[in-house]
Amino acid sequence: MTKTVNNKAWFFVLPVFAIVAFSAVLPLMTVVNYSVQDTFGNNQFFWNGIGWFQELLDPSSQLGERFFDSLWRTLLFSAIILLIEVPLGIAVALAMPREGWTVALCLVLMALPLLIPWNVVGTIWQVFARGDIGLLGWIVNHLGIDYNYTGDPLDAWITIVVMDVWHWTSLIALLCYAGLKSIPDAYYQAARIDGASRWAVFRIIQLPKMRRVLLIAVLLRFMDSFMIYTEPFVLTGGGPGNATTFLSIDLVKLALGQFDLGKAAAMSLVYNLIILAICWVFYTVMTNVDAQRERIEA
Amino acid sequence: MARITLDHLAHAYKPDPRRAEDYALKEINHVWNQGGAYALLGPSGCGKTTLLNIISGLVRPTRGRVRFDDLDVTDLPTEARNIAQVFQFPVVYDTMTVRENLAFPLKNRHVPRDRTARRVEEIAHLLDLTRVLDRKASNLTADMKQKISLGRGLVRPDVAAILFDEPLTVIDPHLKWQLRSTLKEIHRALDITMIYVTHDQTEALTFADKVVVMHDGAVVQTGTPDELFERPAHTFVGHFIGSPGMNILPCRVEGASAFIGSERVALKRPYRPLVAERVELGIRPEFVQLQPKGVGLPVHVRRIDDIGRARIARVEMNGHPLAASVPDGISIEGDEASLVLDPRHVHIYANGHLVTDESAGGHAA
Repeated sequence: MTKTVNNKAWFFVLPVFAIVAFSAVLPLMTVVNYSVQDTFGNNQFFWNGIGWFQELLDPSSQLGERFFDSLWRTLLFSAIILLIEVPLGIAVALAMPREGWTVALCLVLMALPLLIPWNVVGTIWQVFARGDIGLLGWIVNHLGIDYNYTGDPLDAWITIVVMDVWHWTSLIALLCYAGLKSIPDAYYQAARIDGASRWAVFRIIQLPKMRRVLLIAVLLRFMDSFMIYTEPFVLTGGGPGNATTFLSIDLVKLALGQFDLGKAAAMSLVYNLIILAICWVFYTVMTNVDAQRERIEA
Repeated sequence: MARITLDHLAHAYKPDPRRAEDYALKEINHVWNQGGAYALLGPSGCGKTTLLNIISGLVRPTRGRVRFDDLDVTDLPTEARNIAQVFQFPVVYDTMTVRENLAFPLKNRHVPRDRTARRVEEIAHLLDLTRVLDRKASNLTADMKQKISLGRGLVRPDVAAILFDEPLTVIDPHLKWQLRSTLKEIHRALDITMIYVTHDQTEALTFADKVVVMHDGAVVQTGTPDELFERPAHTFVGHFIGSPGMNILPCRVEGASAFIGSERVALKRPYRPLVAERVELGIRPEFVQLQPKGVGLPVHVRRIDDIGRARIARVEMNGHPLAASVPDGISIEGDEASLVLDPRHVHIYANGHLVTDESAGGHAA
């Protein structure tokens, strides 16, 4: 078979390169530029080489300690919400009705939290959890539990985790529901004839069939939670102290609070690399699963 | 081992059925004998799968009872009936090996491990799956997967009947024959009742000893393949079975003669006067011979199809299309010809139902 070679097509793609250059490459180069320099204001810059990176990745330095603290906090947060949201999302998907008018109702109700702007979610929970006027905070306090998310680090964490679970579990549930809906009835009927228990049906039919959507759900939720900014920023502002200062919040504090442009630039590059690395791992895993599936089906 | 009795069974998917049309399955009484090979034949949407699901317990009938021997199982769940079902699309448990798939129903029934292992080997041997026992079930072709589905039914020693719901739909044509003969072999080897649902007459007629033909939610005829061919009890059976189907022509019956328009056709016996809205004459193309003009009933020849082992003429008589077989050595000049009908194979239908000796009084409908 001969292939027509026509390089004119590249001209049509050219505008995209131009836009990407302005929107991504140039700003990124600015950041790279900052990351190797130091400034004391007045637009005067001094060459610093890889100094910021060395400091950032050295846990014994002040900057390094701060960076790793934020990094562990962020990873811990991602781990906690994945551990809660994934099983909960699966459970919700399993409990959702399969047919009838309740399906539409459920889907709409489930989708509602996903449609709320993130800073509004933060504001809702900021008010909702307040001890004096918030419904949740007031009730919890009146039950005799000392709860104050602005003062107690654990309470702040619990509030942020619960908020995230409230906001995002339905995403996992909806994805899993789609996976469940694609399983033909014959599988359930065959399992009944084979005398399978409810748990066995879940383990051998539902879970394997949901594997693909679950992988996507976990990827989405991990990336989102690893980059979370708006909601905790509105809810706690990173406090009390630095208890809920995640990487993204720390980055903003460093860049726009202290105006340490060099340090912040180095930090954002490392942050970016971490995200890219994790993305790559997920992508590899997912394409491997696909390739395996194709081999099986071939 | 069981004889399956359907007693005044009917099913409607709507909650409050009143009229006959509300029923997906109209009242049916039938006995499936132990060890028989049955086919349930009918077009899509005629209620075959509903009937099958009622027998296996996946659907609870609106009315009537299902009995295995003398035990009423109508209210028993699927897993409590000794029945297995093979579905249209092969169901295998992807994460398990073939061996684990086959052992699964026994594991769920807490059969001791060594007995399970022996039984799995036996069934695998029977189905020619021994080679692939330790491979992942998801790795196999559709016909292999369908064998595994079947194996999961066979592996249970208590299974009295296996129900097949159009099991060859997704199988490659050249493997269909193979799988069907495997089924026949298994039926001979094991004393198991098999009920095979299909809309493909070839599958039904080659597989089954007895074929149950369904139409519009009701059983229209039960019989051996020969009976269905020779004496269709309903014009639907005549039309549905055979390729091409039976010729059905409106007619008028007087004694031992039928009149199609003004043309007279001889019948094998005299009929009493028929009181019915619709009286029709049915004859299979195999028993209608095309002859040169002037020998029999005059017809217009439309075209002649060569279908390999025979030639079929498409003709028109009084505006009614007919199919007729063309004997070897006959060639027709022009488009005028005539038909000769074999009186022994001419059947008379009143309102769609065959007029038999007993019913030949007009109360056929």
